[in-house]
This record gives sequence, C-alpha cells and structure tokens, in this order.
Amino acid sequence: MTVQTLTQLSYLAAAGLFIMSLRWLSHPKTARRGVGAGAAGMLLAIIGTMLAPEIINYTWVLLAMLVGTAIGVPLSWVPLTAVPQRTALSHAFGGLAAGLVGTAKYMHWLEHGELTRFRVAAIVLEVLLGYLTFTGSLMAAGKLQEIVPTRPITYPNQNIVNLGLLAIAIGAGVYLTIDPYVPAAFAIIILLSLVFGVLLILPIGGADMPTVISLLNSYAGLAAVAMGFVLESKMLITAGALDGSSGLILSIIMCRAMNRSFTNVLFGAFGQAQAAVAAGEARTAKSATPQDVAEILTTADSVVVVPGYGMAVAQAQHRVRELYDQLTKRGVTVRFAIHPVAGRMPGHMNVLLAEAEIPYDALVEMDDINSELAQTDVVLVVGANDVVNPAARHDKTSPIFGMPIIDADKAKTVIAIKRSMNPGFAGIDNELYYLDQTLMAFGDAKQVLGDVVKNLTGDGGLH
Amino acid sequence: MPELDLWSMLFVFMLATFVGFQVIQNVSRLLHTPLMSLTNAISAIAIVGAILIAGEQESTLTTVLGTIAVAASMTNIVSGFLITDRMLKMFRERERKQ
Repeated sequence: MTVQTLTQLSYLAAAGLFIMSLRWLSHPKTARRGVGAGAAGMLLAIIGTMLAPEIINYTWVLLAMLVGTAIGVPLSWVPLTAVPQRTALSHAFGGLAAGLVGTAKYMHWLEHGELTRFRVAAIVLEVLLGYLTFTGSLMAAGKLQEIVPTRPITYPNQNIVNLGLLAIAIGAGVYLTIDPYVPAAFAIIILLSLVFGVLLILPIGGADMPTVISLLNSYAGLAAVAMGFVLESKMLITAGALDGSSGLILSIIMCRAMNRSFTNVLFGAFGQAQAAVAAGEARTAKSATPQDVAEILTTADSVVVVPGYGMAVAQAQHRVRELYDQLTKRGVTVRFAIHPVAGRMPGHMNVLLAEAEIPYDALVEMDDINSELAQTDVVLVVGANDVVNPAARHDKTSPIFGMPIIDADKAKTVIAIKRSMNPGFAGIDNELYYLDQTLMAFGDAKQVLGDVVKNLTGDGGLH
Repeated sequence: MPELDLWSMLFVFMLATFVGFQVIQNVSRLLHTPLMSLTNAISAIAIVGAILIAGEQESTLTTVLGTIAVAASMTNIVSGFLITDRMLKMFRERERKQ
C-alpha cells in the first residue's frame, strides 16, 4: 500500500467518523461517544496528513501544534456563562485559518504560474468568508465579553456603506477570476473582508447574539468548504458542509424563536429605538415575601420554572437546584420551561442548568410545555422577561409582537423574581407582572431563592 | 484541474450538506451548545491544509501563514473537543425513585 493510499484511507475514515459523531449527539446518553468518534477521526486525519511526502520539515508544524494545545486547553476551562465568547473566538480562529491557507495558496500558485479560474474563484470565496468570519467573530466575542459596547452602534447610511464594501470586494473577486495574476486585487479583497466583518457586527445588539453566533458558525463552515475546493480535499468539503449546515439550522431556529428574518437581524439594529415605549397608566403589581413564595410553592402540585439569562448573571442556578430538590422531596412536580433564545447562544440555558445538576429530563422545550401551562399551579419566573411577555401574542404595537413566548400567564399563579419594576433588556414593559394572579418577589434572584429555600428547610413557616 | 474533479467535489458537497441537515435536525435541542462546539472542532480539520503548507516550506511567507493556521486550528481542535466533553458530562438523568 502506498503512502497516498494510507492518507486517503485515513481521510475516508475521518469523514465517516465525523458523521457518526454528530449522529450520536442526538441523545445525551450517546453524546459523549460522539466526542470520542470526532476526536478519533481528527487524530486519524492528522496522522494521515503527516505521512505525506511533501512535508519536508516538521519543526514548525509540531511547534504550532504545541502552541495551539497550550492555548486550547485553558480555553476549555472557561466558566459556562463564558461559553458563547469561547465559541465566537473559535469561529474567529477557524475563519483565520481558512483565510491564511487561502492566502498562502494564492501566493504559491501565483509564483508557479498555476492559477486557474476555478482555483481563483474558490480561493476568493475562501478568503472572503474566512477573513470576514475572523474579524466578525472577534467583534461578537468582544460584545459578549462586554469589551465592545453591546448596544447596536449605528451611523447614517450604514447598510449602504456595508453593502457597498461587500459589492466592491465581490467585484474585485470577479475581476480576479477573469485575470488571476493581479495580486493588488487580491490584497483589496483581504482588506475589505477584514473591514466588512467588523462593520457587519457593529450594529447588532446583545439580544441578537444567539442568531449572530449561529450565522458566523455557518460562515466558518462554508469557509472550510471553500478551502476543500481549493485543496481538492473531499474530506474537508464534507466536514465543512456538516459545520455549515449545523450553523444554518441553528440560525433558522434562533430567528424563528424571535420572529425575525435574517435580513432583519443583520440590518435591523434591534433594541435601540424601542426605548420610547409609552409608559401607559400607572399600574400596580402585588409583591410577595420569600415566606409567601415558599408557602405557595409547597401547596402546589405542579411548578414550572422559567429561567432566563438573568438567573445565570445572578449566579442563582445552584439556588434553583436546591429549590428543585426541596420541592421534589415534597412530591411537587417541578419542570423547567426552556425558550430557544434563553441564554446567549443556542442551548445555553440547558448547559447552565445541567451544570447545577438539574436532571435533563426535567427540562422541557417551549413548544412542549405551553399546552400544559393552563393546568400548572405555579409558574416561577427567574431572570426571564421578554420571553414571558403576553404582549407578544396580542399587542401589535409591541416590538416583540409575534415572537413565540412561554405562556406563563395561563398558569393559576405566577411568581416573578425581579430586582425592580424596571423594564428588561429590550426596554419593553411586561404586562405579565400586573396580572391578577401574579406576585412579584423583589430582590436579587440568588438572595430571594436562598431565603425561599431557607423557609423550606427550616422548621419556620410550615405547619 | 480536470473538469471531472470539480463535479465530483460538487457532488460531495451536496450530499454532505443533505447528510448534515438530516443528522443535525435529529440532535436533541438540549445539546445545541455542545453541538456548536463539536462541529467547530470538526471543521478545524482544516488543519490538514495548514500542515501541508507549513511543512512544504515553499517560501518564508507561506511557511509563516501555514504555521499560524496550524496553531489556530489546533486551538479549536483541543478546546473544542475538551469543552464539548466537559459540558456533556454534566447532563444527568433524573434518579429513579426507589
């Protein structure tokens, strides 16, 4: 068997293992096997590549691998609230790698006079997607880490400027495909892609980050596909297509969950102009003490908790778990209603609750729980706001009108834990808080839940 | 490049995209965060292209570009698989009563 056959075999096996890896992710029980399969495929492909006779010097390759490992290991230790930033950062690295490989290939073929139209077209796509994913994801990571302001940054004619830049870059790409030996045009494409990535993310607000991360995921995958076309590697095309389709599916789910379109997310600058919502007549909300909350919860048969990112910000998930334990012990059925955009990236809330050791079979998707909420005794809202606002169902003037929500208002009693009556992130007043069956428990979520749990564990308050 | 190769690559792309859509639609919604970190690690398979460029040592510039690309991809591979596994370990089922 020749070395080339071995390499190709390793690639074939790797592509198969990658598909199996994602297949096993269909259920939490088999999911860890999926990670094993993915890692095995990766190892095989890397060994297969290292055998290639073209490689004359291993020093730099091994050194770079060491550096990557040294950065990668600590990056995997980040707290789970920071997972969205880490994910955005890894999209940036993926985009950068694609951009650099494309640049190197262009220069190599330029020197050897081996540029063909097909090669150039593929390289242009790879470089465009790669570099814009690189800077765009860095911006997204900066916004998530709150180094860059999370509010949308806008200026006049923003969309025209952005699309104009993209059009120039594509124009240069088309020109280069017709006449490949013009390095200046190639440099323009690189520069404009880098700038465009930044400009694309500037006007996007914090609330849209789950969609944007998914979109950038898709771009990173497509950049890998383009790289596969450049290097004529079918394995790379397969892996990139898996990544790209995954990102696209997640983006669609996120958009649907917010009742928005891609264009609206990218060019809509959500969450800035809505501050001027009419205050309306002064309404009063009823408040409850932690003792009241404890009593209501223990007399209930069924409780549904609606967690939001505010819960994670207040570091209250472990208190939620204690409450879950106490109530379950007393025979109360406790479940968690998960809105698809709860958290800062797809599935984020599930991971945050899993970390607090809440069993995953207590987590229920929005669509599955909504039909049961009318028979639910108590809904407890912790750090969620817009996703339980009934205005989304009926108030056509509300900026969130049409967004699918968790129908918390249908429950017999609603308890909402909140710092104050200030409207939430999007600046929208929540009418759920003024309903007859709603009680507000004011204070820091961690503190309030701690007091509720104390009331449940101590002898006080229970007869 | 022979035209045939372009076509076979396009076929691979189309088929892989369909396989991707099918497989990923079956991924539990519970696991969408690990899904993203796992697909991210998998697409860092781009490292194979970077290794060839860094190892061929065509010119100083391409070697430097390739080396950085290897480091960037390796970061994604290592952190991607490790953090996915770390998150998946946390998903536990409810303990059966009695």
